[in-house]
Amino acid sequence: MSLSSPLPPRRGLRAWLTSDTPASRFQARLGRYYATWRALSSNPLTLLGLAILLALVLVAAFAPWLAPFAPNDQDLANRLAPMGGLHPLGTDQLGRDILSRLLYGSRVTLAIIVLVAVISAPIGLAVGTIAGYFGGWVAAVLMRVTDIFMAFPRLILALAFVAVLGPGIDNAVIAIAITAWPPYARIARAETLTFRNADFVRASIVEGAGHWRILMTQIVPLCLGSMIVRVTLDMAGVILIAAGLGFLGLGAQPPTAEWGAMISTGRDYMLDQWWVAAMPGIAILLVSLAFNLLGDGLRDALDPRKRRS
Amino acid sequence: MNKNPSSGMIEVQDLSVRYGDFVAVKGVSFSVAAGETFGLVGESGSGKSTILQALAGLADDWSGSMSVDGLALVAGARRSLAFRKHLQMVFQDPYGSLHPHQTVDQILSSPARIHGFGSIDRRIAEVMEAVGLGPQFRFRLPHQLSGGQRQRVAIARALIVEPKVLLLDEPTSALDASVQAEILNLLVTLRHERGLTYLLVTHDLSVVAYLCDRLAVMEKGSFVETQPIEALETGAFDQDYTRRLFAAAAR
Repeated sequence: MSLSSPLPPRRGLRAWLTSDTPASRFQARLGRYYATWRALSSNPLTLLGLAILLALVLVAAFAPWLAPFAPNDQDLANRLAPMGGLHPLGTDQLGRDILSRLLYGSRVTLAIIVLVAVISAPIGLAVGTIAGYFGGWVAAVLMRVTDIFMAFPRLILALAFVAVLGPGIDNAVIAIAITAWPPYARIARAETLTFRNADFVRASIVEGAGHWRILMTQIVPLCLGSMIVRVTLDMAGVILIAAGLGFLGLGAQPPTAEWGAMISTGRDYMLDQWWVAAMPGIAILLVSLAFNLLGDGLRDALDPRKRRS
Repeated sequence: MNKNPSSGMIEVQDLSVRYGDFVAVKGVSFSVAAGETFGLVGESGSGKSTILQALAGLADDWSGSMSVDGLALVAGARRSLAFRKHLQMVFQDPYGSLHPHQTVDQILSSPARIHGFGSIDRRIAEVMEAVGLGPQFRFRLPHQLSGGQRQRVAIARALIVEPKVLLLDEPTSALDASVQAEILNLLVTLRHERGLTYLLVTHDLSVVAYLCDRLAVMEKGSFVETQPIEALETGAFDQDYTRRLFAAAAR
């Protein structure tokens, strides 16, 4: 192989994606996604977090096929069976297979996570960007309401809401979502304040863009990155609060398989049959850890302060 | 809004602009004819940029009267789209005036969409060609462009709605010397091709000499004097302040 031979031009999908002269909107957009993915995947811990969460989604989707038993099938002759054999993770106080309940419980956890994120992140983003952009009395009203919500410890406020609305997963989700949005509003407002007098926003005004268009096309896209990071990092806390509500009997109601409720019942057998409480505990730990790892990675990849301008 | 066909393209009478308690511009009057380039010169903080801000609708607390192409402006009132279409602005810093997450294509299509233009694709291609940007730049992000290329995008964004008046806020001061010349040439060409009226703010007298027909010198929010561009060569200024300013610039 001679050294003097010219390098062949780069070809293939990667060259197409990393091209600095994209030929279409589509290519430009995919190229940006690819760059973010490259930044994200360069960190092995982020990939680990992503893999765990992907596994959670798959498990939740295919729980009926993966679980060896139905989650609520009782086998009283075989209660509190140790790990191994027919029941890989043992059985609980009613002889229900713990592995199957964990697998089905992932659906509840995933549903809570998705619903809380879908409800609280847009509320926080809307309140924060509107307050930051308009300022004045709009900001005063919105941010004082935010302060009121932030003045209460989150779990306490969630407890109060559940107590009013009645126990159950739906109400737990609503309670958590209501208590989760204020920090997002604060972040979004702080970021909006740094952009609202930027030249590109003023250029938009001169173009003739209305407030709504400026918010949606200029401000919100710049707040999204840190919002995604923050929501991801918060998800660990959301899982813990959901589990806490379940543990206190205010979340999912029996016989629904939910990780927090499973720990709660396993507490009575902690000393002799530790696996009953430990297995759902490990599941909560793993998923929370995964969200933290992914959140850290996303922060490195998306945070505008760390991104090259 | 009354149309007054006899007046100039830009008419400003007794304009004062406040920022809170601070009066940035004090009772300034001038008139710019269609196709003319009028330069506002002065030290930093003399209020020259503030006049542009007031005309562009970025500083709302003003008094006096302003009209552009016969359309009178009302202080504090929302500018109509028709007015916005007449008057566009190029900002000083091309690193700050382009949204960091938007491609050139998105930046240019936004004003075209706001003003209801059709065949936006073709329009973007045309305006990019007019400012000397090749089609390969169309889907790039601002951080993939040089300063000069960014300023060309900013000019293209202003031009895509086919304005009659362009406000230029130190359009070359953030650029390298060689790139400055390119952008100035581009501005001259565009004025010629499109019959634009420029209102230029700068502290760079060579830019004024190259681009302007008349200039006004500002100090502390007021006009010191207004002269045709030939005064730059002959030094025929009436006021001491102006003579000192130009002596300082010549050194």
